[in-house]
Amino acid sequence: MCRGVVKINRVIQTDELTHKYSLGTPFESTAVDGLSFSVEKGEFIGIIGHTGSGKSTLIQHLNGLLKPTDGYVIINGRDIWSKKVNIKEIRFEVGLVFQYSEHQLFEETVFKDIAFGPKNMGLSQEEIEQRVLDAACAMGIDESWLSRSPFDLSGGEKRRVALAGVISMRPTVLILDEPAAGLDPQGRKTVLSKISQYHKSSGITVLLISHSMDDIVKYADKVLVMENGKLHSFETIEKVFSHSHNLEKIGLDLPQTTKIAMRLKEKGLDLGDGLYTVSKLAQKFLERIGKV
Amino acid sequence: MNLKDITIGQFFPGDSIVHRMDGRFKLVLSFLFIIILFTADNFRALFIPCAFILMAYTACEISYVFIFKNMRPIMPILIFTGIINLFFVGGNEVLWDLGFVQIYLEGVRTCVFVIIRIVALITGMSIVTYTTSPITLTDSIESLLSPLKKLNFPAHELAMMMTIALRFIPTLVEETDKIMSAQKARGASLDTGGIAKRAKALIPVLIPLFISAFKRASELATAMECRCYRGGEGRTKMRQLKSSKIDYLVSVLMLCTLGMVILVNIA
Ligand SMILES: Nc1ncnc2c1ncn2[C@@H]1O[C@H](COP(=O)(O)OP(=O)(O)OP(=O)(O)O)[C@@H](O)[C@H]1O
Ligand SMILES: [Mg+2]
Repeated sequence: MCRGVVKINRVIQTDELTHKYSLGTPFESTAVDGLSFSVEKGEFIGIIGHTGSGKSTLIQHLNGLLKPTDGYVIINGRDIWSKKVNIKEIRFEVGLVFQYSEHQLFEETVFKDIAFGPKNMGLSQEEIEQRVLDAACAMGIDESWLSRSPFDLSGGEKRRVALAGVISMRPTVLILDEPAAGLDPQGRKTVLSKISQYHKSSGITVLLISHSMDDIVKYADKVLVMENGKLHSFETIEKVFSHSHNLEKIGLDLPQTTKIAMRLKEKGLDLGDGLYTVSKLAQKFLERIGKV
Repeated sequence: MNLKDITIGQFFPGDSIVHRMDGRFKLVLSFLFIIILFTADNFRALFIPCAFILMAYTACEISYVFIFKNMRPIMPILIFTGIINLFFVGGNEVLWDLGFVQIYLEGVRTCVFVIIRIVALITGMSIVTYTTSPITLTDSIESLLSPLKKLNFPAHELAMMMTIALRFIPTLVEETDKIMSAQKARGASLDTGGIAKRAKALIPVLIPLFISAFKRASELATAMECRCYRGGEGRTKMRQLKSSKIDYLVSVLMLCTLGMVILVNIA
């Protein structure tokens, strides 16, 4: 491991990261298997993979909730399991939002719940207040909600409060485990677009797990594909969808647009590969129509 | 968190003689076993139920390793009773004189005796849960308590409550794990600090846990209501409890063990 040449704008780097559950028992199983990848500052990464491929296990390593059985995790140039590093500080640097994060709400008011993270950081009262207001604003939480009980909100609203509870720590990396799962289309759109806006306005690095290809295509720059605990591929969106049959082979869904293009191809209208956004597809289609 | 590592009360599916025994017999016989254990009043008599346990572990094809694994969670109890007996049992023969307290030979003896007895009790009783599925266990309890139904004792309801509780233990353990991780990700420190600090740190875990447990309970109640659940009256069972020759044979064997213990006691 050549830790000497770590680039400073490389926020996350893993090296042969391996995690085995129930180590040393008959139930031992490898959930993450020799994963090496790195993420640059400000990137928006989509993580996909079928159920049980180890996505959730992987991300819990990135803020030190799980300790790797083997390999290294390097955040902002520091090996997080070396003796010098305080793991709690890493957790403030790498904000992790779990699946169904609304289950973590516990305080009497929305304000207090969002303030839980900053309070644990030991910040001053004014600083906490400022961060709570900023985070609430970023997640589109109305100021009138702040004094209400989080349990009186709707599912989608609770989800945004939980997200604000992590954003209020002002992490440099934000990791989200299916933040839109179980929400209606409108709720999905709100949550994801708020995250995307926050990414753009703050320059934060985002890792987003999603089962929806359409969401990944819409927001991410690069896609990390996992298969059975191994890294299948880690490439830009264009590259991934230029060989989309590879994704189908490992049982993953394709964006609607790509599916339409493939159907058209089957029917005899070949518009080419790598069509994953509506505008690209429409453009190709119009070109073809114009020619005919 | 190592809640998952506790083996007491766990069920290991299998097909040994003991697994196939009638749950009701196993329960009654485990009580008989306690009686045997407490009838034995010297080391030689205590040896008999201990030998019986080793035999039973062989019969149910469970590794002896579990005898030791069971010891871990009861270690505090063992140490506590051991120390109490060591220091406070008086006698004639002083082994060590530490100044402020004397340790007598009788004290050492009682200490070892009580520890063996507790270990035998736990390992013996564990055989029942190791070899009986929770469903069969509660069915058996219901069946054993059903004569009391005439006295308006809610035997079925009690059994149903136990079944539901057992069913939800793994779910709650998993949920606790998840909530703890989520709060740790927000910088909560759950495993450092003094007792007061730790108790306070548990609030962010306990509140979401209670809320989800209550929600689950009310959902389950609704689901049961929708299927017209109305208690045990007139309800039939998919799995009937059946006793066989083995059950009677084991009962006779246990009674013989009791007889032997009494004989050794007198001798
Ligand atoms: N606490 C645990 N103990 C033992 N095995 C586990 C545990 N958590 C996950 N696993 C196993 O590790 C593997 C990877 O699980 P993981 O939760 O990381 O998958 P995932 O990609 O997040 O799936 P999903 O899309 O369903 O969320 C699975 O085979 C799972 O059974
Ligand atoms: Mg997952």
